[in-house]
This record gives sequence, C-alpha cells and structure tokens, in this order.
Amino acid sequence: MAEILLRPKGSIGIMVEAEVISPNIFAGKNKAEIEGLLVWQGPVQLPLGEFFDVDVRSAAGLPERARPEETSILIEGDISRVKRIGQGMKAGWIEIHGCAGMHLGAEMAGGSILVQGNAGSWAGMGMLGGLLHIAGSAGDHIGSAYRGSWRGMTGGTIQIDGNARSQLGGGLVGGKIVVAGNVENFCGIRQSGGLILVKGSAVRGTGAEMNGGTIAVCGAIKQFTPGFVETGREENPKLGDVQLEGWYAKFTGDYALGKNPKGSLYCREG
Amino acid sequence: MSATIIRNGCVFDPLNGINGDVLDIFIRDGKVVSSLTGAEQRDATIIDAGGKTVMPGGVDSHSHVAGAKVNAGRLMRPEDHYKSVRTKTGITHGGSGYTVPSVYKQGYDYAAMGYTTVFEAAMPPLEARHTHEEMRSTPILDMGAYMVFGNNWFVMRYLKEGDIEKAAAYVAWMMRTHKAYGIKCVNPAGVENWGWAKNVRGLDEPNIHFEVTPRELIRGLAKVNEMLGLPMSLHLHANNLGHPGNWEIARDSLMITSGIVPKNKSELEWAETKESARRRQSVYLAHAQFSAYGGTSWRDFCSGAPELAGYINQVDDVVIDSGCVPFGPATTMTGDGPAQHDLYMLTGQKWSNTDVELECGSGVLSLTYLKSSPVHSVQWAIGLEVMLLIDDPWKTIMTTDHPNGGIFTQYPQLITWLMSKKARDDTARECHKWAYDKSSLGGVDREMSLYEMAIVTRANPARTIGMAYRKGHLGIGADGDVTVYDIDPGKLNLNDTTALTARLARPDYTVKDGRIVARQGEIVAVPEGRRYYCRPYVGDALEKEMLSDVKDWFKYYTVGFANYPVPDKYLKNPVAIPVNKPLEAEAMVRR
Repeated sequence: MAEILLRPKGSIGIMVEAEVISPNIFAGKNKAEIEGLLVWQGPVQLPLGEFFDVDVRSAAGLPERARPEETSILIEGDISRVKRIGQGMKAGWIEIHGCAGMHLGAEMAGGSILVQGNAGSWAGMGMLGGLLHIAGSAGDHIGSAYRGSWRGMTGGTIQIDGNARSQLGGGLVGGKIVVAGNVENFCGIRQSGGLILVKGSAVRGTGAEMNGGTIAVCGAIKQFTPGFVETGREENPKLGDVQLEGWYAKFTGDYALGKNPKGSLYCREG
Repeated sequence: MSATIIRNGCVFDPLNGINGDVLDIFIRDGKVVSSLTGAEQRDATIIDAGGKTVMPGGVDSHSHVAGAKVNAGRLMRPEDHYKSVRTKTGITHGGSGYTVPSVYKQGYDYAAMGYTTVFEAAMPPLEARHTHEEMRSTPILDMGAYMVFGNNWFVMRYLKEGDIEKAAAYVAWMMRTHKAYGIKCVNPAGVENWGWAKNVRGLDEPNIHFEVTPRELIRGLAKVNEMLGLPMSLHLHANNLGHPGNWEIARDSLMITSGIVPKNKSELEWAETKESARRRQSVYLAHAQFSAYGGTSWRDFCSGAPELAGYINQVDDVVIDSGCVPFGPATTMTGDGPAQHDLYMLTGQKWSNTDVELECGSGVLSLTYLKSSPVHSVQWAIGLEVMLLIDDPWKTIMTTDHPNGGIFTQYPQLITWLMSKKARDDTARECHKWAYDKSSLGGVDREMSLYEMAIVTRANPARTIGMAYRKGHLGIGADGDVTVYDIDPGKLNLNDTTALTARLARPDYTVKDGRIVARQGEIVAVPEGRRYYCRPYVGDALEKEMLSDVKDWFKYYTVGFANYPVPDKYLKNPVAIPVNKPLEAEAMVRR
C-alpha cells in the first residue's frame, strides 16, 4: 500500500492540466519522481512539485513496489484550478478534501474518486468504469460525451450528492448517474443506454434526442420535452438495480429523432 | 549552390525503368542531375541509403485537404481534434485533427510519411479563395486544385446548346480566374437536381431546367479538356456514387470518353524519362471503390469490382484512383450533395450540406468504418480489389479519397495489404464474413512489388495529372523529391506486416527539392511549397462573346463580378502552366 498526500502550495493562476495525478502514474514512484512529473500550465510544462507539496507514505514495504490498485492519493485543499485529475485512471483511489477542477476522472476505467467539495464541468466525461462520487455539486457535462461526439460514458457510476448543471449524461451509452439534487437543461441529451436518476427536479430538454436507456426524475420537469409520448404508469418501478418508490408515469421518446425511439423517461406523479 | 547525394540506395523509379538497382541520386539546386563536380560533392549533404529503399517523393493526386468543405468538416467535428494533437516545435506550428487535420498538421503529416506533392480534388469556383488560402498556409507540400464543373450553369447551358467552343472558353477563363489545375466533374447533372431534392439515376436522364444529361456533360467536358490540351484528363466522380449496383453506370461512364484522344498542350520543359511521362488516359475515375458496388440493395450488397476491373483491363484510356477503406474514423466530404444526403439517411450521423449558387453543391458527414459492419467489410475488400484486379498498375492510383474512405496517414497500412496476402487474410479474419464472401478478394493471390508500389503512389499519379514533367520520378531535371524507406528490398519480409507498415509510415528521410524536410517522422525543415495552376487560352473574340454571357447571368450570383477572381496574392510560389497559348489558340475560332 502506498498513500500519496498532495497539498497545493498556494493559489494557482492559469489552470493546470494535471492528468498525471492518477494512481496508474503515481504507482511505484517515490517522492522525487512524483514531484518531477510534468504538467502543462498554459503554454509551458512545469514539474508537479511547483504546485504541490508531495508526501509519500507507505504502510508496508517500499512505495516503489505498490501497484495502482494499492495506491491512494489524498489531496488536501482547493484544487478547483487543477484540471484532469484521475483522467483515464484504471485502479486505485483518489480522495479530494476540497473542490476539484474540470475533467475530473474523465475517461476513467476503474478505481474510485471521492470529492468532498464540488467538482467542475466535464467530470466523468466518457467514463468507462469505476466510481466517481461528488459529495458537493457539479458543473455542466458531467458524465457526457466530448463536444461533437454522440458516444459518452459507457460504464461505471457517478454519484452526485448535490446538484448538477446542464447536459448531465449527454450521449450516455452505459453506466449509471445518480443526482440527489436538481439538474438544469438537456439532462440525458442523445442518451442511447444506461440510467440517469435525478432525485430532484429538471428544467427543460430532459432526454432530448434520446434513443435508448432510461431517465427517471423524482421531482418536477419545468418544461417537458415535446417528443415524448406517455405509454403507461408503474408503481415502484425497478430500473436496473435501483428500486424507486411511488407511482411513476412512463414516457417513450424522443420521437423528434426518429420513428421508433427506445428511450424511457419516468416521472414521479403528483 | 546546394547539393545532396543519396548514396547506394535501392532505387525504384518506374518512369525510368529502374527496379531496385543500387544507384546514387545527385541533386543540385533542387533538381536531379547526372553527376556533381568534386567540389560540389565535398560540400554536399550525403544520405547513406545503403540497404534501403529509395523512391521519388510521394504524389497524392486525389485528397481533400483545402477549402470550404474541409473546413466545414473541421468545424463540425471537435471530437476529431481532441485526441489527435501535434505539439509545436522550434520550427513547426502546433495542430490538431485526425480525419480532418489543420492545414499545418496536414503538411507535416504528409511530409513525415514521404509525400511531397498533394492535389486537392474538388474546388468549387466560389470557394477558390478559401481553398487557396488554406493551400497557402499548408507547409512543405507542392499543391494544386481541380475545379468542379459538372453542374456549372454555364457549362450545362453551353453543352446543351452544343456550343463546345464557348464551353471551352468558359472553362479556360474560369481556370485562369480561379487558379485551378484541372477539371473535376462530380455527379454530372445530378447535383443541380439536388437543388430540387432530386438526383439523376441514368446517364441519359436530363436534369431539371437545363435538361442536359450526364452523358452530354461527361463527353462535353472531356472534349473541352482535350481541346484546351490540359495537363490532366477529365477527373470524373461518377453518377449514383455509393449505391448498390452502381458499377454498371461507372463502366458506362468510362465508355463515354472512349475515342477522345489525350492531348497535352502545356508548354513545359520535361525532365528526362525512359518511359513516356505523358498521360494516356482521357478519363481519370475518382475513388473507384465507391463506384464499384454490385447487388441491388444493401441486403444483397456485394462487390462489383471484378466487372468494373474487367472493362478497365480491356481499354487503355482509363486511370482510376482507388478510394480504399482502411477502417476507422472518417469524414466523408464531397461535392455530391445528394449522395451525402443518402448516407445521412442511412446512418443518421452528423451531416452538413451546402448549395454553391450557380456552380455546385457539397455535403459533409462524420462516419466510422467498422470491421464488424458487413457493408464496411465489403467496402474494404472492394477498395483493394480495384487495385489488384486491374492488371496494369499504370491504370491505378492508391488513395483513400482522404478523408472519405480513410485517412491519408493510413496509406502505409494500405500498401501492406496490397503487398501481402497474409496481411489481407489476417484482416479478413477480424472482419465481418461478408468481406470475403461478397467479394473476390479472398481468391486474389497478387502481391504488389515495391516497383508496383512506386507506380501507384508516385509515377502514375504524377503522370495521370500531367505532373510527371517534374514529379513522380528521378530522371535528369526532375524535382529533387525523394523518399528513403528503411526497407531492404533483399530482406523484405511480407509476413512481418506490422514492421512493414511502421517502416512505410516513418521513412528515414523525406527530401523535398534536395533538402531534408523529415527525418524518421520528425519535421526538420519547413520550406514553402509551390502552387500549380493552368492558364489555358482560347481566341479573344470567343472569350469576349462568352464573357458577355457570364456578365449577363452574374446577376444571379451573391458576389460582384469584380470580386469573383482569386487575386495573385492568394498564392505562394505560384507556378502558372501555360496551355494552348494565345497564338495557337487563334486557330480555334468558331466553327
């Protein structure tokens, strides 16, 4: 087991692109090696040690021997100006005591990330697997596809205890996103698979251009998407491994996209 | 005075009949020479090519690398740029894009792969400025662009009236005005119908309003081409492209030009070659793969390549480029608006469409070719069939119709498939079974040699488009464009397909005008390329008569007549090729 502690040295000006902060890259490296990893800040590459104090602790044996799944990264402080943390990680653990910047856990395939504060936009973009838990609120495009792409997250779980903004789960193909609070516009746009559960309310465009998968909204949808048709009502529906309680109206859509869309939208009644 | 010597390489130079002979290549001031003086040799840059393959610099005669539709592809596909990035160096710009790279990245990527000359295959007249702007910003490469004429109002009107002289006068004026190199004809008569949400389905189906048929347009433009005596022949994108069963219309289209005698009336100094460097063909069919489909629908879709190749094997006046499909992401872009719409209806992918006023149209769509797809697997097979079933390599050119069938950076993979049956069999096993079941590729044993590869990637593209007066070979007086591959022809192992592809993708050296521009994939010098265009002439009286027609209809344009031409400043290092010089043209009076 190896535990790496990162503490920001001070406030960060131009945002830093730190996809090197990942158990896959930290695994088997000592303090000096981690400090020497290069990150982009604007047009220049600088060592990670410029921005963070690094402390490596090893529970048993040498940290050099730790594999990614035995590597935990603990970040203490506000890193809302540090982007791409945990990008593409395949195993291990990242815990952030503070707020995280954009692209947190983008394209991660395994392992876990826990943010105690808020996360910026694009967290979990194109995620393949693993768990991303945001205890605060999150920005736009959480668990969505990259701009222009219609294939987003394909697996794994994103859990948001607060609210998320627009385009949550855009182009979702698989996996699960659960939002305890509210979402804004175009939640599940172009969704073709997977599950989005919003325990609060949504504003508009929910499931727009959806062609598969499931969205459930427990609160209200302020402006309902016009291309959806009611197909019945269900009591206590079970969506994958998620058990809902109460009566839900079930809709199919989005007929704006094609003649035979396969998307399901559940809305809690009254 | 600068000199370069490429020593002891195994040289493949088909236009000079050199097949792997160990030779020294001498270059002085950018041109190939027979020898250098002792003093020149002492100061020369020397490349040791012992045990390596030396070819003329690569020539791509059909690629989409500049202009409005290419840029539309860039704009509508941010996801294409996200992961394909080239960081800047001390001498190069940064760039991004996989299927539609930025102009800088295109130039570097082509040069790093051993190519030095690339021609843009479709320039709408109204987008000529944009096309030249992008070519001006493309580093290293020598370039030119073919202008789209197959649905041009003036061409359709003159050919319907049977006034071929005026059509020739119009084409000549347009090529000078917009600095175009050749005549491209895209879905003749059909794209005009697309303005009314229709297409044409047969060669003798007149289109709306102009009531001109594809046959009249193909024959007319091919005749205009030879009346003017352009360096390249008519470049044809056949009707019904991309539809099952279209091989017949492709063959019938190629028959239309038979009997038309190729005449190159350009006034140029020709570098020395052993074989004739002048084109034989009167029609050059674009991306044959997309026009070699059998069956009647996508359900019984199959290859029509054996039938199309059967015809081409019988005639000597046709050259094709393949438009191969090497799998993976692509961005289809063509002046064939209706074909792109059909593809959109089929795939539901992102699609953009443009109507270019009195001239043509265009469509762009994002697409990924999958080995798991039955249709895509057959397309892969057809692309290789058209190269391998046409016996004479001097009738074929290897392309992907970048970025329609695939990306130009996939050429090394394509070459490997053409050179190795094992490579084809390996890929067929990963594909949908239709790849071999619905084509004849599985039964094709032919493996192209390095000599044949030099024909289909260098000598023939250059000869077909009339650039062999200086490109595509290493005869005395040719441009000093050379590619040195780390491939020992004596020890060529066609079973190690991965290594072969890797060596073709990263030549040891790319030399442009005698200067090393790329070394093992790294760009080491960034010279500015040349821009070629033709300046054909007809008689003054005829031109005047034609221009009064043009001015009369210019009221339908959204631009003013004075703003229509592309000014010289849009071209960097322009090379104007005089064709059918005014004196000679005086003879070409009306009837």
